[in-house]
Amino acid sequence: MQKKVLRFQLNGQSMELLVSPDETLLDVIRDQLSLTGTKKGCGKGECGACTVIMNGKAVNSCVVPAMQAMDAEVETIEGIGTSDNLHPLQETFIDYGAIQCGFCTPGMIMSAKALLDKNLTPARLDIKEAIAGNICRCTGYVKIEQAVLAAADKMKENKGQ
Amino acid sequence: MLKDYVLAMSVEEALDSLKSHAGEARIIAGGTDAILDYQSGKLSAKCLVDISKIDKLKKIEYADGQIIIGAAVTHSEIKESSLIQSKAPLLAMASGSVGSLQIRNTATVAGNVVNAQPAADAAVALVALGAVAEIADHNGTHYVPVEEMYAGVGKSTVDASRQVVTAIRFPALQAKQGSSFVRLAQRGALALPILNVAVVLSLAADNVVEWVRIVMAPVAPKPLRASQTEKVLQGAVVTDQLIGEAARAAVVEASPRSSALRGSAEYRKEVLEVLVRRALDQAIVAAK
Ligand SMILES: Cc1cc2nc3c(=O)[nH]c(=O)nc-3n(C[C@H](O)[C@H](O)[C@H](O)COP(=O)(O)OP(=O)(O)OC[C@H]3O[C@@H](n4cnc5c(N)ncnc54)[C@H](O)[C@@H]3O)c2cc1C
Ligand code: FES
Ligand code: FES
Repeated sequence: MQKKVLRFQLNGQSMELLVSPDETLLDVIRDQLSLTGTKKGCGKGECGACTVIMNGKAVNSCVVPAMQAMDAEVETIEGIGTSDNLHPLQETFIDYGAIQCGFCTPGMIMSAKALLDKNLTPARLDIKEAIAGNICRCTGYVKIEQAVLAAADKMKENKGQ
Repeated sequence: MLKDYVLAMSVEEALDSLKSHAGEARIIAGGTDAILDYQSGKLSAKCLVDISKIDKLKKIEYADGQIIIGAAVTHSEIKESSLIQSKAPLLAMASGSVGSLQIRNTATVAGNVVNAQPAADAAVALVALGAVAEIADHNGTHYVPVEEMYAGVGKSTVDASRQVVTAIRFPALQAKQGSSFVRLAQRGALALPILNVAVVLSLAADNVVEWVRIVMAPVAPKPLRASQTEKVLQGAVVTDQLIGEAARAAVVEASPRSSALRGSAEYRKEVLEVLVRRALDQAIVAAK
């Protein structure tokens, strides 16, 4: 098997590693880089637990061939906040009780971030479209929508300062 | 077993890669079908040749009344394109209904056609648009109507170990032409259609149907043209009665299968009539 060099930016850092032709971006993130915040739910593009942002767009990393990340900017949940300095979405997900078991949360937050990075005044329908590919078995989505709206407000305020 | 992965930077490079692997390499675009087919053993290849980075294939263009969609264009790009929204609105709707945002952000329209599922949403709309695929291989470039690219369920006439679809083209809608795409599914996202119907039509003076293309799926091994029904409509004056007759005639042409997940054949036939009527009504309103 011919391993190939994959170069990309991960959470702002340059990465260079060897990948096999059958690896997905999710395999690289979880198994090679040990960043296990990105979850593997279905492995079939159907649940959104593996959502990361690639070149500004939310994608299901379980159905992205690793080599497609070549020269791309990839963001994962680890890159958007720390426990001392949470991203507004992480704060509002906690405040609004938009997390229960938490398995869908990293993917949900990455989908929401991809939306808010482009649109800080989303309508409910925009939020629904952005997270329609993220399945949550616990919360019922209403609190998630509220959390995303609240995060948008926070981010607007932060921007205004 | 997969031994190599090539990120092609040009169509020529992709074709050369395919050739050097003599039938054991295969084109991959967004990978949303190919990765899963590979993992489940449905697809076997020694090398995947990725065309998603070829700049030339990333364009949506308009020239001489034709819209040309490169093979690396994603469903999201189609949905967001103002050109497609105004000149082929049914395709914007069809692409916009595929999977979820994450899927649409990587999956391509051309891949939707080559994957050859009978109810692939964009492909159904493209057949109604009279779209033609531009296919490159070592003998040159060929043009094949999307409607004729089906060799069976999940089987394209395109041999992805030898050929590359480079673009899909179709005439932009003109004044007095209208289109519609109607879809029934269990949920708003991440649900394959129970049924989908696409219509493109042209109205002449006095509400006479100049021509119409009606495509229904999944009611046959490929997106099915309701050809007999089209003939009923052609040259006739639009009335509610005519639309009702046409919808009933379309059902006669369809042979849906029973699916445990997506409805019995009987159910599908019942609702197909409603969907065809709706699709015709909407296309007529759009054409006026
Ligand atoms: C969770 C999920 C939900 C989905 N929901 C829907 C849905 O609602 N509606 C729908 O229609 N589809 C749906 N799909 C199917 C899929 O996303 C589409 O068919 C997609 O458009 C395929 O494009 P791709 O670029 O990902 O193709 P790939 O997976 O890269 O390729 C698909 C096939 O086409 C061949 N191929 C691709 N491009 C070319 C080319 N240019 N030349 C020659 N051969 C080529 C490949 O060899 C492969 O056999 C869904 C898929 C998933 C995983
Ligand atoms: S793990 Fe990727 S979509 Fe479910
Ligand atoms: S919180 Fe449990 S799946 Fe969403």
